[in-house]
Amino acid sequence: MSLNPFPRSRNRGEGNPSNEDPRGDHTSEGREGVALEDQVLLKPWGQEATTAPGGDQAEQIHAIGPWSLAWRRLRRNKVALGFGCLFILLVALCFLAPVYSSDVAHIGPNQTNVTGTIKLNGKVTNVVSVDGIPIGPTLSSRYFFGADSEGRDLAVRLLYGGRTSLIIGAVATLIIIVFGTLVGLLCGFFRGPIDAILRPLMQLIWSFPPVILGVAVGTALALGGIGPIKGNSLLVPAVIIGVIYVPYLGLPIRGEVLRLGQQDFVDAARVQGMSPWRTMISEILPNAASTIIVFVPMMLAYAILLEAYLSFLGAGVQPPNSSWGTLISDGLQYIFTAPYLSLIPGAMLVLTVLSINVVGDGVRDALDPRAQLRIKT
Amino acid sequence: MARFIVRRTLSALALIFAISVVVFGIFEVIPAYNPARAIAGRNATQTTVNEVSRKFGFNRPFWVQYANTMKLIFTGQVIDYQYDLNVVDQFKERFPATLSLVVPAGIMWLIVSIVLGSVSALRVGRVSDRALMVLAILGVSIPVFLLAEVLLYLFAFKLKIFPNTGYVTFGTSPAQWAYHLILPWISIAVLSIGFYSRVLRSNLLDMVNQDFVRTARAKGLNQGRVFRRHVLRNSLMPIVTMFGLDFATLLGGAALVTETVFNIPGVGQYEAQAIGNLDVPPILVGAMFTGFFVALFTAATDIVYALLDPRIRLSG
Repeated sequence: MSLNPFPRSRNRGEGNPSNEDPRGDHTSEGREGVALEDQVLLKPWGQEATTAPGGDQAEQIHAIGPWSLAWRRLRRNKVALGFGCLFILLVALCFLAPVYSSDVAHIGPNQTNVTGTIKLNGKVTNVVSVDGIPIGPTLSSRYFFGADSEGRDLAVRLLYGGRTSLIIGAVATLIIIVFGTLVGLLCGFFRGPIDAILRPLMQLIWSFPPVILGVAVGTALALGGIGPIKGNSLLVPAVIIGVIYVPYLGLPIRGEVLRLGQQDFVDAARVQGMSPWRTMISEILPNAASTIIVFVPMMLAYAILLEAYLSFLGAGVQPPNSSWGTLISDGLQYIFTAPYLSLIPGAMLVLTVLSINVVGDGVRDALDPRAQLRIKT
Repeated sequence: MARFIVRRTLSALALIFAISVVVFGIFEVIPAYNPARAIAGRNATQTTVNEVSRKFGFNRPFWVQYANTMKLIFTGQVIDYQYDLNVVDQFKERFPATLSLVVPAGIMWLIVSIVLGSVSALRVGRVSDRALMVLAILGVSIPVFLLAEVLLYLFAFKLKIFPNTGYVTFGTSPAQWAYHLILPWISIAVLSIGFYSRVLRSNLLDMVNQDFVRTARAKGLNQGRVFRRHVLRNSLMPIVTMFGLDFATLLGGAALVTETVFNIPGVGQYEAQAIGNLDVPPILVGAMFTGFFVALFTAATDIVYALLDPRIRLSG
């Protein structure tokens, strides 16, 4: 094992103490995620590490890898955990939309009911009054959050819309992570012509305000679609949002990879005869992983918000689909007569994005020990 | 300094050129986009469409079309396809409204962020610091249009403290101007305040432990002076960079959502309408307009950098 000059943090686990380099000197010049372990070895917090630096009882060394350490730290962050649970709850609710629609509300998301009546506290009430004012929140199984001007059940639409928003957010985030990482790795590791082409392209996208770029492309593509994808497909906004935010991950990853590429362990890999691609995948990528992970919740929050902006401006989700953005936009004209129509979807959107952001902050604090120290000062 | 100006002007021109080509190109490659059909109207016959296409030169090669459009823009003759208005005149006419919206909002958010960020850094872990954390994380979680809507509902409809929507020019009545713009200012500023003050806070906390701060204290400067002259001054850099870019894009029309919700006749509202109609000339001019401000404020940011930190020289 000692022949391996660049022990990566990932492979050094609790169960394999012989891998441990008790001096931890390789980490001192490393990136923060690795340095994190260093600090535990040198300055144990709590009972996490029982290592005495340079200690002679090698079999007693019981160090913890940075990933499980970060996980422990995250577990101790009760606020982040609470919001994490809230997020899971919201996601679960949105994905149960069809069940709610068919078994509780007994109405589809796009089913209008202008002339219908419901029984409320034993009284028969019009869903949409004669003056055209829809029924407010009933807090019962039908029209829990009230109806819109066409007698559609807001609660059902809210859950379906949330499902749409979340799906678009997730697909866009997937695109951002895959392509952002790929582009960042290629540019930062191979530099040269690849970098010369891709970096200005990313900077060009990056210098545009996302909302303006997204709305322009979104409106145009909503008309004709891209290739086999129809204009009103959910993939259109997802792809647009994904592409717009690729540089927001790609450029930082590129910087990180550039820095990592100059480290000794990369030279060591090359000297050992490792191919450049393999070096990139098995040496650079794991070391950039914590940066990428920090970006995942952030990008998900950004993507869901941008979707709301695009849909609000009519350039995102197209009918018959609806999302939180379109619901808020549709409700805006009734803001004074039926404010709940836009405020309830708005509250759902904010709760979701807020919980993602709080969890994201928790993840960042857990992975970046400097953030922890900063709070302690 | 002369070298700085020349190099910056050149790179600004390059940026504006690149932006214009890309925006023009996007609309060229979109299959469903046919400006001739849009101009000719909904029920136009194929002959009319062809005629319009010939008249506007949509059948010419890409570069010829691009060159013609650029010539029209720079001679101030370009018209939009939807309303036949002169685009450059529209921008000139609408820019004061955008300025009235963005400049006070920008000043507001910069000052408040610096104050809140400093307070929060000086009282780490106390209630005020935590409150700022909550504000900051809320700020990055609420879309502007929703905040604008909530403000309108609460203050214009429920409490009736502020007018509903609309815009009064400064020349007509400065008091009415401010009165109508307070809600829009708040909705732009509040969200940025959260983010900016939090960035400043973490920079300040990084800076407090630096050696030069200890030196400044050791040579007997009082705390206030150390904070203002050494800690704060050095922590402002990232804020200045962020502010330059955000402010530039807002001037160029990124306030389009706020302008739409509050019905303020600024460049953003015009761009939003143009985008909705797929009207290329205003979108193109808007993008170049934004590019101009981005270049201008990047240069301004570098000048402020040099003022904040004498070690930095203006080199371009």
